[in-house]
Amino acid sequence: MSGDEIDLGKRNMITGAVVATGGVGAACVALPFVSYWQPSVAAHAAGAPVEVDISDLQPGEQRVVEWRRKPVWIIRRTEEALKSLQGHEDNLRDPDSLESDQPSYATNQTRSLKPEYLVMAGICTHLGCSPTYSPEEDLEAGWTGGFFCPCHGGKYDLAGRVLEGVPPPKNMMVPPHRYLSDTVLVIGEDEGVA
Amino acid sequence: MVATLKGLLVGLLGWIDTRFPLTKWWNEHLAQYYAPKNFNFWYFFGSLALLVFVNQIVTGIFLTMNYKPSEAEAFASVEYIMRDVSWGWLIRYMHSVGASLFFVVIYLHMFRGLIYGSYKNPRELLWLFGMVIYVLLMAEAFMGYLLPWGQMSFWGAQVIINLFGAIPFGIGDALTIWIRGDFAVGDPTLNRFFALHVAAIPLLLVALVFFHIIALHEVGSNNPDGIDIKKHKGPDGIPLDGIPFHPYYTVKDIFGTGVFLILFAIIVFFAPEMTGKFLEADNFVASNPMVTPTHIAPLWYFAPFYAILRAVPDKLMGVMAMGGSIGVMFLLPWLDRSPVNSIRYRGPLTKIAVTLFVISFLVLGALGTMPAGDTETFIARVCSVIYFAFFLLMPIYTTIEKTLPEPDRVTMK
Repeated sequence: MSGDEIDLGKRNMITGAVVATGGVGAACVALPFVSYWQPSVAAHAAGAPVEVDISDLQPGEQRVVEWRRKPVWIIRRTEEALKSLQGHEDNLRDPDSLESDQPSYATNQTRSLKPEYLVMAGICTHLGCSPTYSPEEDLEAGWTGGFFCPCHGGKYDLAGRVLEGVPPPKNMMVPPHRYLSDTVLVIGEDEGVA
Repeated sequence: MVATLKGLLVGLLGWIDTRFPLTKWWNEHLAQYYAPKNFNFWYFFGSLALLVFVNQIVTGIFLTMNYKPSEAEAFASVEYIMRDVSWGWLIRYMHSVGASLFFVVIYLHMFRGLIYGSYKNPRELLWLFGMVIYVLLMAEAFMGYLLPWGQMSFWGAQVIINLFGAIPFGIGDALTIWIRGDFAVGDPTLNRFFALHVAAIPLLLVALVFFHIIALHEVGSNNPDGIDIKKHKGPDGIPLDGIPFHPYYTVKDIFGTGVFLILFAIIVFFAPEMTGKFLEADNFVASNPMVTPTHIAPLWYFAPFYAILRAVPDKLMGVMAMGGSIGVMFLLPWLDRSPVNSIRYRGPLTKIAVTLFVISFLVLGALGTMPAGDTETFIARVCSVIYFAFFLLMPIYTTIEKTLPEPDRVTMK
């Protein structure tokens, strides 16, 4: 090969090597920029458990407490409310909560540790609005009251189980929780954690 | 004296032109850019979009001088701008009214493209640049709406970010946390949306508007007859039906600007909230992560897509339908198989389809701002089907219908 000729093979090889090395470098530099958007250490630390005194909660009453920036509801269900949880399984998307998020001790018909007290993250599983508590209403056949999401019409029974034919895919989430005593509840940790 | 001054200016221009293509650019894009002479009413909205864009940037820069992008201070800082900052209310209303009018102008601009076939060969890329601008504009508006940190800001962001949570295989939840930078919409979300709203997206928009105009000037403007004016050129090589953009269309656009600014001023001074359409009542309440307002609705310009989302009784399918309703617009240049561009020379099928499409889009827009009962949901489903049918059946009805003969030269009707 004379000195005047251009070695295209070598030139392509060098171009390829530069592109590959530069590409790996660019990907490495991109990583910190992408990770920068992850929750910071402070955001992780803000998820501490919350203690709630429920001694003055009346039957049928709802209390809202903030845990991890989410509304968590504590509802003392009445006898009628507990009765309403039976006999409509055919209208529920996930009656046994097999596809939903809750601790194992709340994977039951009432979705709670104690049947009377419902502890639940008040966030619709569709797009995250907070449904309204409507225990008395009978808005349509097969729904004996529960929770109604104003955003996209999601309907749940009084155990937070979603009805068929509305947008939410799952039952509402039950956070980890435990009772310190008969009247004091801790949200955000359970026996396993404590 | 005047002659000396003129001589100095000509000298200065010559000095600049040897160092920077000032006269060359002026001629290429204004004085010797030949546009069809039959532009009508629908051709005001491109230049008006540019005008509103400038308004948003200027008022936006001034708003950042007093706005505080933190959870603790954001809501109060907007109230401070409205009440205590000298003329702050005017700057803020110009920005919020400007946002809505930006979409009015863009929707009319897109409708013009739709009826005159302005996206057809060789203007496909021009259409795609425009569509990217439209999507960026929606992101810009969405992020801007979080900044006042009112109830609608918070819950609107909550809902829209959770749309990404519908993505299966565990990607969705991780993605929503990554977007928010927290386990719920909070301070990190507000701060990054501010950064994106005032710096990142505006920079992208400037670049894309530049590409959009360069692409337009490369292929030349379409016109209401949808025919190519370059087919008939005079001996000087200039299209016989073309007139220089400056002064002919600069004068036309200045007139349009005048009319637009009158309407803009009327809204800013007499109806800046537009009865809750431009600024929603619930957004005058500071955000509360514990309570969702009983009726949350998007602003009007998102309402048609929101109505489509709500019409589908399944989370993932609903999100896909909503994304698809925007995505399908990108395909328009390849869905339209008609031999003619303009609706003037198309057959009855296209005319019916466009009419039904416009009606369904408007009805979806109205439904999207209302609470959804059974009747509303039914109508929304019918309109959603029409919306998609307009696009997906387009290859069929534009092929089978008989078109009218196009004129040889542009008409001035």
